Amino acid sequence: MFSVLQGVCDPAVVALVAALVIGCAGIPGLFLRSPGPGQMFATCTTILASLAGLPAALILLFSPVTTTFILDWGLPFGPCELAIDPLSAFFLLPIFIVAAAGSLFALGYWPAKEHRATERGLTFFYGILAASMAILVTARNGAFFLMVWEIMALSAYFLLVTEHEREDVRRAGTVYLIATHTGSAALYVLFSLLAAQSGSFLLPAAGSLSALPPLAMMIAMATFIGFGAKAGIMPLHIWLPSAHANAPSHVSAMMSGVMLKMGLYGIFRTLTFFHDPPLIWGMVLTVAGISSALLGIAFAVAQRDMKRLLACSSIENIGIITTGLGVAMLGISSHNAPLAYLGMAGSLLHILNHSFFKPLLFLGSGAIIHAAGTREMNLMGGLAKGMPRSALLFLIGSVAICGIPPLNGFVSEFLLYFGFFSQIQASSLVYLVLLAPLLALVGGLAVVAFTKLYSSVFLGTPRSPGAAHPHEAGFAMLCPMGLFTLLCLLVGLLPQQALRLVAPALQSFMPQVAAVVNPAEYAFVLGRISLMVLTLVLIVVAVTLLWWWRVGRSRVTSAPTWGCGYQRGTARMQYVGTSFSELAVSVFNGIIRQRVKRPVLSGLFPGSSHCADKPSETLLERIIAPLFSLAGVSFAFLRRLQHGQMHVYMIYIFATLFILMLWAH
Amino acid sequence: MTNTIIHIVLALAMPPLLLGVIGKTKATFAGRVGAPFLQPYYDIIRLLQKGSVFSTTTTWVFRAGPLVTLATTAVAALLIPCGAHQAPLSFQGDMILYAYLFALGRFFTMAAALDTGSSFEGMGSAREATYSCLAEPTLFFALITLSRLSGSYSLSPMLINISFGVWLNSGAALLMLVGGMFIVLLAENCRIPFDDPTTHLELTMIHEVMVLDHSGPALGIIHYAAALKLYVLGAFFVHLALPYASGNWLLDWGLFIVSMLELAVVIGIVESVMARLRLIRIPQLLVAATILAAFSTLLVIR
Repeated sequence: MFSVLQGVCDPAVVALVAALVIGCAGIPGLFLRSPGPGQMFATCTTILASLAGLPAALILLFSPVTTTFILDWGLPFGPCELAIDPLSAFFLLPIFIVAAAGSLFALGYWPAKEHRATERGLTFFYGILAASMAILVTARNGAFFLMVWEIMALSAYFLLVTEHEREDVRRAGTVYLIATHTGSAALYVLFSLLAAQSGSFLLPAAGSLSALPPLAMMIAMATFIGFGAKAGIMPLHIWLPSAHANAPSHVSAMMSGVMLKMGLYGIFRTLTFFHDPPLIWGMVLTVAGISSALLGIAFAVAQRDMKRLLACSSIENIGIITTGLGVAMLGISSHNAPLAYLGMAGSLLHILNHSFFKPLLFLGSGAIIHAAGTREMNLMGGLAKGMPRSALLFLIGSVAICGIPPLNGFVSEFLLYFGFFSQIQASSLVYLVLLAPLLALVGGLAVVAFTKLYSSVFLGTPRSPGAAHPHEAGFAMLCPMGLFTLLCLLVGLLPQQALRLVAPALQSFMPQVAAVVNPAEYAFVLGRISLMVLTLVLIVVAVTLLWWWRVGRSRVTSAPTWGCGYQRGTARMQYVGTSFSELAVSVFNGIIRQRVKRPVLSGLFPGSSHCADKPSETLLERIIAPLFSLAGVSFAFLRRLQHGQMHVYMIYIFATLFILMLWAH
Repeated sequence: MTNTIIHIVLALAMPPLLLGVIGKTKATFAGRVGAPFLQPYYDIIRLLQKGSVFSTTTTWVFRAGPLVTLATTAVAALLIPCGAHQAPLSFQGDMILYAYLFALGRFFTMAAALDTGSSFEGMGSAREATYSCLAEPTLFFALITLSRLSGSYSLSPMLINISFGVWLNSGAALLMLVGGMFIVLLAENCRIPFDDPTTHLELTMIHEVMVLDHSGPALGIIHYAAALKLYVLGAFFVHLALPYASGNWLLDWGLFIVSMLELAVVIGIVESVMARLRLIRIPQLLVAATILAAFSTLLVIR
């Protein structure tokens, strides 16, 4: 009896059961006739399961033993192993948090009563997506990993095309499907190669492979392409902006906050297999990372669709994380423990931070869409008056994502800067320090992008009738946003505690480094940061009190905004988001392209005309789309095989199997 | 302890004097008597005693803008060493916090400007956003050079390390750094040739146009915060350009004050002999500053 109880309370079992429960949460709703109870049930179940799973994941994160389960599944890929080590447990944290928060948000954002047709599928696949990601990080068998990976990719597709009656949504879905399967193809190569090298489909133990054979280089390439496509590292990011923009907002939060990290998890996990990664791997990751960060944020500056801007900034953040990982790999390859430690700590902490502020902003964008009925920033304005609470939470998220103190984004970027600077006296890796100005430029552009986003949405006066009467988001929508805000503040104000959170994952990723480095030294520095940040907050409070005291005694009058003498100012004369970013876009011309259709004016008194602008995706439109149409033309003859007749398809399958069997004999 | 008190008192009291010295220098060049040295103090006190007018368009963000800017600049003032004296607060990596504190202030200044819904203030904040983004890498190149020269990761040792001896050894690198940082100093503080704080043509301004709608105490706070920013960035700059140190602590404070006043005179001279640049030229000059700083970095880390 006692052992059964102990078995039930084993945190690993709890975490896995919680994942399964989340996965099944949407099933009852599929069979219920009336809308509403199913969604409510799914939300309650997801929240309860996350409340059980989160402490379990925390316990597993800090426990030194890895719990392993073996499923005897009778398939020819060897035993199916599930294991939760600290690295897996670390990735479980955002999954449980974002799944629960997004599920609660859905109650207000996508209520079953208003969306009878789509709500069931949305709730069902949402649970499947969350559960598949939780299982994915525990999978230790290559074949099983690929199966769960496909479930994750497909459930994300069905979530993404929830509003499939819209043409742009279907297009985004197709691009996503093609991109994710291109990535999956590379993963098939990866796991076959791994199986060829280690002799079984079980994932190799940490540090068991050597990177010397040429096969290892192919494994690294397949990893980078397969997982990089999921994570959205440039140039494999093309699916990302439109997919994240067109999904329902809580799904975007899930995809951006968690699903991208699954690609990163894959890279992290594969890198643990090798005990001697060559310098070139770190270099590739670093260069790909910093260029993703720079180009991603440059694209974000040019966007006019609020959710596309957020999606482009995800590319930036993934780039920052990848840079940190690359720097850590350089540290491992050159046996430089402090560098490896700082790169990895910054990278892991940024994963956690990004899964706090990005869902906050995506959920906020959902609240904004409800209030203004559009995603177009140029049509909004003045929403802060109607929805002050959402405005405050969104402001905190915007400051956090720019990496500005006193919030959490600064902490992880600080660790990365510290890593870059730590090599300044060395002779070999001194050029790493040149990443610091680049990261500073990324930070500067992020400030441009997010002041643009925040001010064109919330500040000023409404620029269209649709945005004129916003309403505050309900409790179900504000509560998850508040939770993420709280987490951002906590990590920002107490960074030294956050460092303790990433330490076990770091330990399991590179034990040889963690043994040499003294984390107390960095915790001390972060403690100083925390002190400074608290000083900053105190000074703000003190100045505010002084100001209230001063203004409280003086005369305060209200008047319209000073129009520099012009009396007939209208809301349409305000600076909109596009005009705000136009100067920055023109300076970075070449990286960002903005297609502007200018009006043709003629005569002394030209009539009314209009001007249109559209940020263009150079890579997708100039290179990848022509490449695909070329492939489409050259493989047109294959279309004859595809005619929609079921029985002929079955003959194909039979014939393929028969030929393979003949070949095997 | 005494040093800390002097540091804080100086940071609180001295910034407006710099503006007074700049104004007096410009007046002398123009052949006028000019306003007294203490005029900026009178202006700020007068503004603090006035009533306020708030635009009906604005929200609390508009009111928070000046306060956050002042607070961030004040914290940055605690991190910067004055002359040969350590800063009151100093730790490994504080230079990154120093650089990022200004970003927080800038975020709120720009948001406050856009909160008014005026297109003039929109223009100002768009310019501020772009130009400061271009100025950011210069500061980091400077930090890299200084960090390499001093072998430390903290502002106080890395700035105090600069002496005439260091100038003899790596003069070329420091010379380029001084050039780059002077451009950034002028750009960040909105001085001529980037911006004219005294102009009345809203279309061409940067910082002043962002605060058009602030009035009374809020405007006073903005003026004071701008002076404090000049003081904080100026203190960084005089370490590079005028690294006086005597060894006597009291004399060192005197030397620091003298070098800050010298800087104010130099800025005044630049403002008197130069015209404002066309807006199109500003990004080019800022990129030139970045390249100068990058050269100095390459010279020291090669």
